[in-house]
Amino acid sequence: MGTRRATLFKGLFTAAALIAGTVTATPSLAELKGLEIIAPASPGGGWDQHARTLQQVLQNQKLASGVQVANIPGAGGTIGLAQFVTAKKRNPAILVGGQIMLGAIVTNKSAVTLDQVAPLARLTGEYTAIVVPADSPIKSFGDLLQKFKADPGSVSWGGGSAGGSDQILAGLIAKAVGVDPAKVNYVATAGGGELLASALGGHVTLGMGGYNEFAPQFQAGKLRAIAVSAPQRLPNTDTPTLKEQGVDLEFVNWRGIFAQANAKPAEIKELQEAVAKAVASPEWQDILKQRGWIDQYQPADQFAAFLKEDRARIEGTLKDIGVTK
Amino acid sequence: MDTLAALGHGFLVALTPYNLLWSAIGVTVGTAVGVLPGIGPALTVALLLPVTYHLEPTSAFIMFAGIYYGAMYGGSTTSILLNAPGESGSIVTAIDGHAMAKQGRGAQALATAAIGSFIAGTIATAALTFVAPLMVKMALLFGPAEYFALMVLALTTVTAVLGNSLARGLGSLFLGLALGLVGIDMQTGQARLAFGVPELLDGIDTVVVAVGLFAVGETLYVASRFRFEREEVYALKGSKWMSREDWSRSWKPWLRGTLLGFPIGALPAGGSEIPTFLSYLVEKRLAKKPEEFGHGAIEAVAGPEAANNASAAGVLAPLLSLGLPTSATAAIMLAAFQQYGLQPGPTLFDSNPELVWGMIASLYVGNVLLLLLNLPLVGMWVKLLVIPRPWLYAGILVFSTLGAYTLNNNVVDLVILWVIGLVGFGMRVLNVPVAPCVVGLILGPLAEQQFRRALAISQGDATVFITHPISAALLAIAVLLVVGPLVMRRRSRTAASDHAGKTSAV
Repeated sequence: MGTRRATLFKGLFTAAALIAGTVTATPSLAELKGLEIIAPASPGGGWDQHARTLQQVLQNQKLASGVQVANIPGAGGTIGLAQFVTAKKRNPAILVGGQIMLGAIVTNKSAVTLDQVAPLARLTGEYTAIVVPADSPIKSFGDLLQKFKADPGSVSWGGGSAGGSDQILAGLIAKAVGVDPAKVNYVATAGGGELLASALGGHVTLGMGGYNEFAPQFQAGKLRAIAVSAPQRLPNTDTPTLKEQGVDLEFVNWRGIFAQANAKPAEIKELQEAVAKAVASPEWQDILKQRGWIDQYQPADQFAAFLKEDRARIEGTLKDIGVTK
Repeated sequence: MDTLAALGHGFLVALTPYNLLWSAIGVTVGTAVGVLPGIGPALTVALLLPVTYHLEPTSAFIMFAGIYYGAMYGGSTTSILLNAPGESGSIVTAIDGHAMAKQGRGAQALATAAIGSFIAGTIATAALTFVAPLMVKMALLFGPAEYFALMVLALTTVTAVLGNSLARGLGSLFLGLALGLVGIDMQTGQARLAFGVPELLDGIDTVVVAVGLFAVGETLYVASRFRFEREEVYALKGSKWMSREDWSRSWKPWLRGTLLGFPIGALPAGGSEIPTFLSYLVEKRLAKKPEEFGHGAIEAVAGPEAANNASAAGVLAPLLSLGLPTSATAAIMLAAFQQYGLQPGPTLFDSNPELVWGMIASLYVGNVLLLLLNLPLVGMWVKLLVIPRPWLYAGILVFSTLGAYTLNNNVVDLVILWVIGLVGFGMRVLNVPVAPCVVGLILGPLAEQQFRRALAISQGDATVFITHPISAALLAIAVLLVVGPLVMRRRSRTAASDHAGKTSAV
C-alpha cells in the first residue's frame, strides 16, 4: 500500500514536471524493469537521498526503467528492514541501509537482522569530525584527551541519537585511550540543526558528526575540527586524523544497499552489475562531489566481509558503553 | 541601506512573471498540503526535489518558500472547520476555532486566521530581512537549561485549558505526558512503553493524537447525541465579514503572536507549537472575557495563528544565516541547497545574493498571494459546514483516517488513531478536557530530554536552571503566570466575601 501511495505521488509530480517541460522522456531501452528501491526512512534524510539518487542514475544510464522509491520510516530503519524481509516481491527490490541500522537492530531488539538480506554493495561513507567552538580552551585533540582522562564526566560529547554512530565512536575512542567507555558523558541530540547549535553555542564540550555537515562552519571560522576519523587527512583539509594523534582508530559511517535473500541468484547478479555500472558513471561521481559524499564502493563479497567485521565492532562497543547488555 | 538595496534587487528577481508563477504554484500547493492532514510541507518539498533538479535554483526556492508559508496558512482551515489539525502548529487553533465554527462564526475564524497569518508573515519576514543575524546570536545562547525553562513556561499554558475541574484537567495532562513517554528514550536508546511493537519505537505522532482526540472523539460524541438532541446547523450566521468588534479584538493578538512566534521559531529547538501555546496563554490572561476561551474566543484563533506563521519566518533566519536547519522542512530545504551545490551560511549572501534576496523578497510576495488566495476561499470553505450532518461526520472520520495513514504509510497509526479516538469519546462523555492531554504530549518529552541533557552536562548539578540568567528569568515568569492569577483570585474572593459578610450573615 505504501508503495502505491508513493507511486501515485511520483506520477502526479512527474506529470506536473512534464507539463512544465523540465524533464526529458525516460529511455525506452532498459535492463531492469519495475525495480523498487526502499528507503527505510522519511523523505529528505540520507537514506532517502541515496535511494533517489540511485533511482535517477539507474534510469538516466538506461540500466533500469520504471524505478520507484518507497519510504518506510521508523525505528532506525528496522521497520523498513522487517517489511523488506517478509514482503513477497514480484519485481526486483533494493533496500538502502547503513551503519545506523546495525546499532538500531541491537538496541531495538529487532526480530529481523541483516543476516536475512543479501548485501549488494557499499556505496558511500562519511568520516566523523570532532569539533569544538572557535573560542574553546581546547585547542587540540591532545588537550581534549588530557581533560577526558583527568575527569571523564567533565567532557560532554554531543552527537546523534543514543546507540548511533557518534556514540559508538566516542566509546571506541575511550576504550583506545584506556578510559572506561561507560564513563563517556554522551549527550544525544536529534542531530542536524540541534547538534550544530549546541556545538556552536558551546553548550557541549565537543560535537561529533559527518565532516561535511560542519564544513561551512569551519570556513566561517565558528567551529574548529580537532580530529577526523579517516585513515588519512581528507583532501583539501588540514584536520589531523585520530591515528596521527595517537589513537589507532578508523571509523566510517557507511551507507549501502541490500537485496532480498530469497531473490533468484540471476536477479541478484543482474542487480550487482547494474549497480557496478551506475557507480562507475560520471553522473554518479558528479552527484557524490556535489553532495560531499565520499565514494566507498565495495562490491557484494567485499561488502559482506566488511559488514561482518563492522557488526562485531559495533555490537561489542554497544555493550561496553552500556546501551545493551 | 545596503539591505534595502539588496532587497529591492530581490524584488526585481521575485517579481519577474516566471518567478511569480512559481511562487503562485508554491503557495497553492502549500495551501492544499496544509489542508490535508498527514502531508506536511517537509514531505512535499522532499518529493518535489528530484523534479526541480532541472529548474533554476532561484525559482525552485521561491516555490519551496511558497509551499512552506502556504502550509502554515492552510493548516488552520481544517482545524477550524473540522476540528482536525493538519499540522501540529495549528492544534491550538482547533480549540476555539472549531467552537467558533459551531456557533456559525466559522468565516470570521478563518478570516482572522488568514489576515493574522498575513500580518504576522509580513512582519516576521521584515524581521528576517533586518535582524536575522541578531536573532541567531540570541538563539545560540539557548542551551539545554534554557530550553527546559522555556518548556516549563510553555507548560503553564495548561492552566489556561484545564477547564472547570482541576482533577479532570490534570488527569488529561498526565495521560498526555504518559503518551509522550512511549518509544525509544533518546538519551539511553532504551524502549519505553512500546510493548514490543516496533511501530511504537518512534513514539506516538502528535498529529495522530490531536486528530484522534479532537476530530474522531468529538465526532463520535456528537454523532452519539444526534438522535436525542437537535443541534442547530453550523452554517454561517449573519455576515461572513469580520465585524468591527472582531477587528478590535484581533489586532493586538496578531501582533503579540508575531512577537512570540518569530524569536521562538528562530530557536534551534523552538518549533511552531510552543509559540502557539504561549500565545493562547497570553491572550487568555490579557482578555477582557477570559471565560469565553474554549468556547469560541476570536483572540484564541488570532494569536496562535499569527504565532505559527511568524515562527515559519523565524525558522528561515538560522537556516539562511548559519545553515542551521531547525525544523523538518528546513532540513529538507538545506538538502535542496546542497543539491544545487550551494551551502547556506554567511557566505551564501555574498556568493548568491540573487538567490537569497530573491527568495526573501518572494516571501513578501507569497504572503500577498496567500491572502488573495485564502480570503475568497473562506466563502467556499464555510459551505462545507452546511453539508448534512451525517455526511459531514462520515467525511470527517474518513478524512482523519486517511490523513493518519498518509503520515507514515503505516497501519499501526490507524489503530492508534482509533484507540485514541475512542479514548477521546470517553473523555468527552466524562467531561474531561482534551487540550491538556495534547499539551502534555508535545511538551513533556521535549522538557524531559532538555532537563536530562542539562543535568548530564552539569554532571548532576541541578542549580544550572537558576544560575543561568535566561533560564532563571523564564522560570520566574512561569511561576508568576501560575501563582499570579491564584493570588488575584484569592484577593478578589476575600474582597467579595468581605462584602457579602457585611451585607448578609451566612
